[in-house]
Formats: sequence, C-alpha cells, structure tokens
Amino acid sequence: MDTFFQQIINGLVQGSVYAMVALGYTMVYGILGLINFAHGEVVMVGAMVALSVIQLSISYGLPPILALLIGLMVSIAACMALGYSIERVAYRPLRKAPRLAPLITAIGVSMVLQTLAMIIWGREYHAFPSLLPNGSHVLFGAIITEVQILIILVALAMMGGLLLLVHRTRLGRAMRAVAEDPSIATLMGVNTNSVISTTFMLGSGLAATAGVMISANYGIAHYYMGSVLGLKAFTAAVLGGIGNMYGAMVGGLLLGLIESLGAGYIGDLSGGFLGSHYQDVFSFFVLISVLIFRPSGLLGERVAERS
Amino acid sequence: MRQRDTWLVLVVLAIGLLALPFMTDALLGRGWVRILDFTLLYIMLALGLNIVVGYAGLLDLGYIAFFAVGAYCYALLGSPQLGLHFPFWVILPLSALLACLFGVLLGAPTLRLRGDYLAIVTLGFGEIIRIFLNNLNSPINITNGPQGIGMIDPIHLGSFSLGSTHELFGLTLPPVHLHYYLFLFFTLLVIFVSLRLEGSRIGRAWMAIREDEIAAKAMGINTRNIKLLAFAMGATFGGLAGGLFAGFQGFVSPESFGLAESITVLCMVVLGGMGNISGVLLGCLLLVVLPEVLRHGSGPAQQLLFGRSFVDPESLRMLLFGLALIVVMLWRPAGLWPSRQHRSELTAKDNLTKSSRDDRT
Repeated sequence: MDTFFQQIINGLVQGSVYAMVALGYTMVYGILGLINFAHGEVVMVGAMVALSVIQLSISYGLPPILALLIGLMVSIAACMALGYSIERVAYRPLRKAPRLAPLITAIGVSMVLQTLAMIIWGREYHAFPSLLPNGSHVLFGAIITEVQILIILVALAMMGGLLLLVHRTRLGRAMRAVAEDPSIATLMGVNTNSVISTTFMLGSGLAATAGVMISANYGIAHYYMGSVLGLKAFTAAVLGGIGNMYGAMVGGLLLGLIESLGAGYIGDLSGGFLGSHYQDVFSFFVLISVLIFRPSGLLGERVAERS
Repeated sequence: MRQRDTWLVLVVLAIGLLALPFMTDALLGRGWVRILDFTLLYIMLALGLNIVVGYAGLLDLGYIAFFAVGAYCYALLGSPQLGLHFPFWVILPLSALLACLFGVLLGAPTLRLRGDYLAIVTLGFGEIIRIFLNNLNSPINITNGPQGIGMIDPIHLGSFSLGSTHELFGLTLPPVHLHYYLFLFFTLLVIFVSLRLEGSRIGRAWMAIREDEIAAKAMGINTRNIKLLAFAMGATFGGLAGGLFAGFQGFVSPESFGLAESITVLCMVVLGGMGNISGVLLGCLLLVVLPEVLRHGSGPAQQLLFGRSFVDPESLRMLLFGLALIVVMLWRPAGLWPSRQHRSELTAKDNLTKSSRDDRT
C-alpha cells in the first residue's frame, strides 16, 4: 500500500508539471488551431536559463531562496521573449499557408533550439542545485518532500490565475473571441495579432515555470529534456481534449497518475518481463488509445476530425 | 531525332552511373565510395518519405523508425544473435513487409484524424521504437540493447557474396563497389515506382488529398484508405532501405535511429522540393555532401574567424538543418526544385483551399 500512495504522490507532482505544459499547447491550439511543436523545447530553455542564473546568483553569495526567485523570474521573462519570437518568425508569416508549412517550421525551430542549447550548455547532465529546505513529510506511509508540496501549490496557483485571466479579464475575453473566430474578432475591434502574441507568451511563461519545477524535483537539467516532456504534455492535452483549458489540467494530472502507477506496477503485472524503463511508453499508448476511442478527448466538445 | 537524343542521354547517364564508383575511388578515395553508398540509401529513404510528405501531404516525423524496423528485421534473421541465417532474398522482402505492417498499424488509428496528430504520433512512435530496441535485451535478449547487433551476414546473391572483393571482367570490385551496384539497382527501382505512382490514379488521388481533403472526398476518393496506402508505401521503402543498410553495415544499434535522422531525411525532402523526384534527389545530394564539407571545413573556418573552435561539425549540421527547414518554408515553400503543380499550391495566397482552414467553428 505504501508504494501505491507513493506513486500517487509522484504522479500528482509529475502531473501538475504536465498540466502546465499542456496548457501552453492547448491555448495555442484553441486560438490558432496549430500544434506548437517547439513548446517542449521552451520548457527546456526555461530550465537551462534558470539553472545558469541560479548558479550565477549563488556565486555572488545571494541566499538560495532569492536565487531561485531570480532564476525563475529571469527564465519566465526569457521564455516569454522566446515564445513571442517563435510566433513572430515561424508561425505568423505562415498563418495563411497550407497546414504542413507551420508544422515543418515548428520542427525546424525545435531542432535549432535543441542544438543551440547543446552548444551553450553542453551534452552533459547538469545538477540542478537544491535550494529549498530539504524537509519531507510522511503522508499515508508515503514520503512527500517540501519541494513537491511547493510544486503542486505553485502549479495550482498558476492554473487558477490563468483561469481567472481567461474568464474574468478583458484580455481573456479577447482571447476567447479570437479562439471563436479570428476574423469576426478583428471586426469587433480585437487586435488579433497582439492577442495571439500574448497567448504564446503566457504559454511560454507557464512552460518556463514547469521547466524549473521539473528540474528542481529531479535535480537535473539536460538539453534533451524538452522533447519527451513536450510529447507527454501534448498527450495530456489530447487526453483532456485539445483546445479546452480544463481538459489540459485534468489530462495532465491523469497522465501523471497513469504513468507513475504504470511504472510502479508494470514489473508485477508483466511478471518481471517489462521494467520501469518502459515508463515513457505509457503516454504513447494513452495517446494512441485516446485517438482511437475518443479523439475529442475527455472534455472536448467536438470531434477533431478536419483535414 | 528527339527520341534518339533521349536515348543518348540515357546511355550517357547509365555509363556515368556505372563508372561513378571507379571515378570516385580514383579521384577522392575509397571513403567517398562509401559515402556514395549511403547517398543511395538516403535517396531510397527520402523517396519513401516523399510519398508520405510530398505526395499525400502527411507529416511523418518518425520515419526513421521504419528504417530501424527493416534494419533490425534483417539483423535478427541474418546474424548469430538468434542463430538464424536466412538468405538475402527472403530477409529483404520480409524487412520491407514488416515495416509496411508497422506503417499500417500506426497509420490506421491516426490517419482518420487531422494531419497534426499524425505528426506527433509518428514522433512518439520513433521514440518508442528506440526505447524498445534499447531495452529488449532483458529478460530475453532479443535486440542486444544499446550494444546493438553485430556480425550480420554480408549480403549474398546465391553464392556470390558482396562482402568480399571479386574479380570480374578484369575489374577489381571491392565490397563498397558491389554494394553500390546493388543499391543503385534498388534506388532505380524505387525511382521507377515513384515515377509510375506519380501519374497514376493513386498518385493523383494523393495529390488531391494533399490539396483539399474534403474536395477529394467529395470526388469519391476513399481518403482514409488512400492515405493509409501512402503511409504503408513510404514505410515499405523505409524498411527496404533499412534491410540494405543492415546488410551493408554489418552492425545495427539503436543510436543510428534517433530523431535527428528522421529530421535529416525530412530536410532532404523539404529542401529539394516536396513531391518532386528530381528535387528530392538534389536534396539528398546536397545534404550528404554538406556534412562532409562541414567535417573538413568547419573546424579550420572557425579557427580562422574566432581563433578557436566553438561548435563541432555534428551540432553545426543539425543547427543548419533546423534553420534550413525554417528558411525554406518561409521563403521557398516548394523547395529548391519544386514540382510545377506543388509550387502553384504552396505559393498561392488566395486559393480556395484556404477557406477550409479558416472555418474552425
């Protein structure tokens, strides 16, 4: 039973990271009908920038908490700028092009980001400094660290804030209008381009935070961490129903739970034939199954079938 | 007169292609003949992907997985790993067939949906295949994990082994030359099939789907089956190239089949010109030669400019490939050597197909 609760806690932590990244996919999809393939790499850049800034501020003798905050802020700002530039360079000129074109530029962007990160930060795994009190609590016989509690709380706070933004503010109303119909929104006086840019920046800010969280949780950062994470977060978005913000959150948490319970029990279930290194395979099977049985996702309203 | 000219060109081309390994060997060295062999493998791969991306307009980001399936199929059936040693003519069709089967299994659930899903599912599939190849060494050792499978049987045609040097008609033919001719045969076959498909009913159906799926459906095309056919066909070519690769290399390991390789092949198709066979050939040539130039030139060039070397050629290559994908899509979406039909589609700003993109309701 201890394993069970432990895996539930791990799943919730992992799931809240997925949810935050999935929100980035789903918001962009909701507004542009486009899958932003480069989003996973933005998460990676967020983690790497934060890592460098934190190392720098610690070398200047700043207290750990302050270093973490500065690192987070700088990385959010850097990723927002990055998200803005990606949209500006790779997607906006192709908004009226055939669907294949932005997909290919997106692949190009993620390749460029990944390679640049490899050139700047090297191929090795970096140890992400543990800056928070290393305490842990015992809950139902399972261990939860304070870092993990913090991750869940921050994720909840940010997602709540995002929901408020989208449903209560003028900007949020503009976003929903553009998602409904860009040309009508323009006629109603919404500056579509700036709304789209803002959406990319919001998504990238969330991605940066998620990148810092996941590195803090596992204690490592690596130039290749973005692609698999991006794939899983996308799966989470599809699972919840892409284009739907609640769907992304539910899908993220659910995927985190499926994955960690699956990894925890796959050895027992398959009689030791398959081990936990198949963890990454789960999200893929979830993705395929959702696409076969319920392409609109758990909370999606409409079937996504369109050419 | 006209016809005689065509024949003349073909004869000159044939002689040129037959003499190419000898000329390369004499002028540039044996290493370049090997590069020539790899170019032919890449051409087969790129033409396979061209059917999926270029003709049918479906983005496949895990294409190298089919190459891997073909290569591992060959490696398992013709090496001491499982103790099996089937003849070449049995293994190669099996490799292609197995890759085709994987293509159908993967395509069937995803091709009903929009193209974007296919892109991300294939991306995932590429990663998954690699994870399995990496981990299927315990508890039962099938793929030998990260070490890969070695000592694969050289390709045999009857009792004629391509793995050793032969004397034929007074010419000395080392293995790289022999493989060149075998690969040339298969490449020409793949080109022939592509050419015949292009103008056929199926090829025109693919292009109709690429340009407007709803209209194609309205014209009575069974879009799902035709898309599945494109996907399976591309996978078959990938598996074929994979089998040949395993026989040529004598060794396969999971690290040859990463995302970077998928992107390389995609880059060849996109850079040269999606949907145009000559364009794809051009793309392959450019992208095989470029890394060689980088390998020899980038170090000294960086020394000269900055005084020290910042970037290794391999990273520089991926950086340039990524940039090429962006730049080509932004400024020359139909590639360096576009097909006439595809160019009109990719550059038209106001054609009717766009309306189907905007009516998201």
